[in-house]
Amino acid sequence: MTAKRGSVRHQVRLACAPDVAWALVGDPPRVHEWFPGIVACTVDGDVRVITTGSGLPMPERLVTVDPALRRLQYRITAPLFTEHLGTIDVLDLEDGTSLVVYGTDADPAALALVIGGAARAALAHLPEVLGVDAVGPGNLRSVGPGAVP
Amino acid sequence: MGRKILFVTTDQQRYDTLGCNGGILSRTPVVDRLAGEGIRFERAHPQSVVCMPSRSTILTGQYPTTHGVWMNGVPLPVDAPSVADVLHRAGYRTALVGKAHFEPFLDPFFRFGENSLAQTGTEPPGGLHRGFEHLEMATHGTVGPLHYARWMMAEHPEALGGFYPALDASLQVNAGGGGDTGAPQVKVNPVDRGIYHTDWVADRTIAWLDTLGADEDWFCWMSFPDPHHPWDPPESEVGRVDWREVPLPAGYPEDRARREAILDGKPRHWRLWYDGTLVSNYEAPADWVPATLTADQVREVNARNAVECELIDEALGRVLSRAAERGWGDDLDVVFTTDHGELQGDFGLLFKGPYHVDALMRLPLVWRPAPSSSTPPAVVTRPVGLVDLAPTFCAIAGIEPPGWMQGGTLPVDDPDADERGFERVLTEWDSELFGTDVHLRTIMRDHWVCTAYLPGTSHDGSEGELYDLEDDPLQRANRWDDPACRAVRDDLVADLWDHQPPAHTPRLALEAPV
Repeated sequence: MTAKRGSVRHQVRLACAPDVAWALVGDPPRVHEWFPGIVACTVDGDVRVITTGSGLPMPERLVTVDPALRRLQYRITAPLFTEHLGTIDVLDLEDGTSLVVYGTDADPAALALVIGGAARAALAHLPEVLGVDAVGPGNLRSVGPGAVP
Repeated sequence: MGRKILFVTTDQQRYDTLGCNGGILSRTPVVDRLAGEGIRFERAHPQSVVCMPSRSTILTGQYPTTHGVWMNGVPLPVDAPSVADVLHRAGYRTALVGKAHFEPFLDPFFRFGENSLAQTGTEPPGGLHRGFEHLEMATHGTVGPLHYARWMMAEHPEALGGFYPALDASLQVNAGGGGDTGAPQVKVNPVDRGIYHTDWVADRTIAWLDTLGADEDWFCWMSFPDPHHPWDPPESEVGRVDWREVPLPAGYPEDRARREAILDGKPRHWRLWYDGTLVSNYEAPADWVPATLTADQVREVNARNAVECELIDEALGRVLSRAAERGWGDDLDVVFTTDHGELQGDFGLLFKGPYHVDALMRLPLVWRPAPSSSTPPAVVTRPVGLVDLAPTFCAIAGIEPPGWMQGGTLPVDDPDADERGFERVLTEWDSELFGTDVHLRTIMRDHWVCTAYLPGTSHDGSEGELYDLEDDPLQRANRWDDPACRAVRDDLVADLWDHQPPAHTPRLALEAPV
C-alpha cells in the first residue's frame, strides 16, 4: 500500500507574544521576508504567487486568514499538486511565549516532504527575522511524515 | 610534492560486477588492473545502503548515527566535517565531479548549495563547499538544476527525451517499464555515448585536472551516477551484452515457490514488499510489485547494468591515461568503490531498501596505492567499511586523521588488518516515511552477518537475521531463531550494541524525499 497523501507538521516556540509572530507569518504578502527560498511574492485578492529560489513561480490560493484564530491556510494550485493545504497556527502559550505550528498536507505525498522541509527551515529562520529567541533546547520540533493512504 | 588522490565512486554497484571479483558479465580491465597492482578488498561494507547517508559517511569518516544523515532526504549540515576540507587545508587542490548527493535533489526553493551552484558556475560562493573548490555535478538523467542537466538542456536538447524519467508525475520513483522485457526503469536511450553522463564525468574530470600545475597535490572525487537505475545506457552500447544470453544470477531463485519460501524465512517486511503490500522506503518504485519480476527482466536489467559498468571502466581508463600524460602516474593513488549495492534480482527483488544482505552490503573496493609507495599487491579478506576511506585519504596525504573520523586507515593486507583490529563492520538503517518506519542494525564479523531489528511498523524488535556466509553465501537460510546458533547470535548482538557509535544531537530532520 502506498500513501498518496502526505502530512507533515513542524513547530517552533518563540519568546514573544503571539501577536508579534502573527504580524509577520499571518501577513500573506510578507512570506518572502521569513521563508528562505521564496524570493518574491505578489498577492491579488485571494491569489498569491510566490517565486522560489529556482525561479519557479508557484500560484497559491489563500483559504483562511483569521487574525482572531491566528490561522493562515493556503493551497498551492500548481498542476503538480493534486491537493495541497498549508496551515500556519500561532498559539498563545500564556506564559509570554508563543508556538508557531506549520502543517503541510499534499498529494502527491512526496511534495509534502518537499514543502514541509522548506517550511521547517522557515520556522528555524523565524526567531532571527523577528529578533526574538527560540525557547528551550531542541525547540524546533517536527512531526511526521504521516500519511493518509 | 605529495601523492595525488583520484577517488572514484560509482552508484549502486554490486561487488560481483567487476571481473576481479569474479564477475562474468561486464569487462572491467581497468579496475581489474588496478586491483592486480594494488589492494582488493573482499569484504567492504557501506554503513548505510542508500546514497545520502552512505556518501555522508565517505565524506565525514563517520557513521550515519554520528553525522546524522539517517536516511535519504536528511541533508548533511553544510558545516559537517569533511575530509576534502582537511585535505584542502593541507594544501591539496580539491574537486568533486559527478554525483554528490549530500543534500536533497528535490529542492524547488534552492535551499541547498548543490542545487543552486550550477546556476553560477563551478566554484562555490566563498570558495569552498564542503572542502571542494570545484564542483561539477550530475545525477541519473537530464532533469534538474545540476551542471550536466543544464549542459544537456543547452547543448543537446534533442537528446533529453531519450533518457528514462527517474521520477513519475507524482514524484515517486518511476515504475514504468521498457526495453525488450518491460523491466522497470529500463529504456532504450538513443543518446550519443559521448554526451552520456558517464563520459561527461570523465571529460569534466580531465578538464579540471588540466587546470592544475604539474607539481600541485590534488584530491579529485570522480563520482559516476551509474550503474544506479534507470538502466538507460546509450543504445549504441547495449549490444555489448545480449540479455538473452545472460545467465540468471545465483541469488535469483527462479522457482517461485522456492523464492517465496526463502522470503518467508526473513522478517516480514521482505515478503510484504515482494507482494506489493508494503513499500517502506522511497528508493524503490512505490507502484511496482516485485512479485511481477520475470526471469527475463532480471536478465535484461543485469545486461544493461553490465554495459554501464563497462562504460565506467572505459571512462576511468581515459582519466588514468590523462593523469599519466601529466606525469602523475607514479604518485597517483586510485581508490575505486561505490556507495552501496543493488538487489539486481536477488530474492526476486530489484533496487534497494532495508535489506541487509550481500547484494546491498558487499561492495567493490580497490585501492591502488601510488607506485612510488612500493606497497605490495594484496587481497584483504577482513571486514572494512566506507567509514575507513576518509582516514585513508588523510594517510595518503601524510596527515594525521582528525579525531572526529571514526574509521581507520584501510589495511594493506590481512596481517595489517589483524594487527589493527579490523574484526567487524557495521551497517545501519533507519527510515520513517509516510507512516512506515524500519530500523536495522547489522554487524558482519568472522563469517557471520547478523542484523538486529528495532521496533517499527512491521517489527516488534524481537526479529533478526543471521546468516553464515561460509555455508550459506547467498543468505537464504535465516538462522536467527535456530537454537544451534543461539550462542553465536547472542555474542554478535552483544558485540553489535557494544560498538554503536555516538548519536548526532539534535536529530536531523527529514527535509525532502530524496
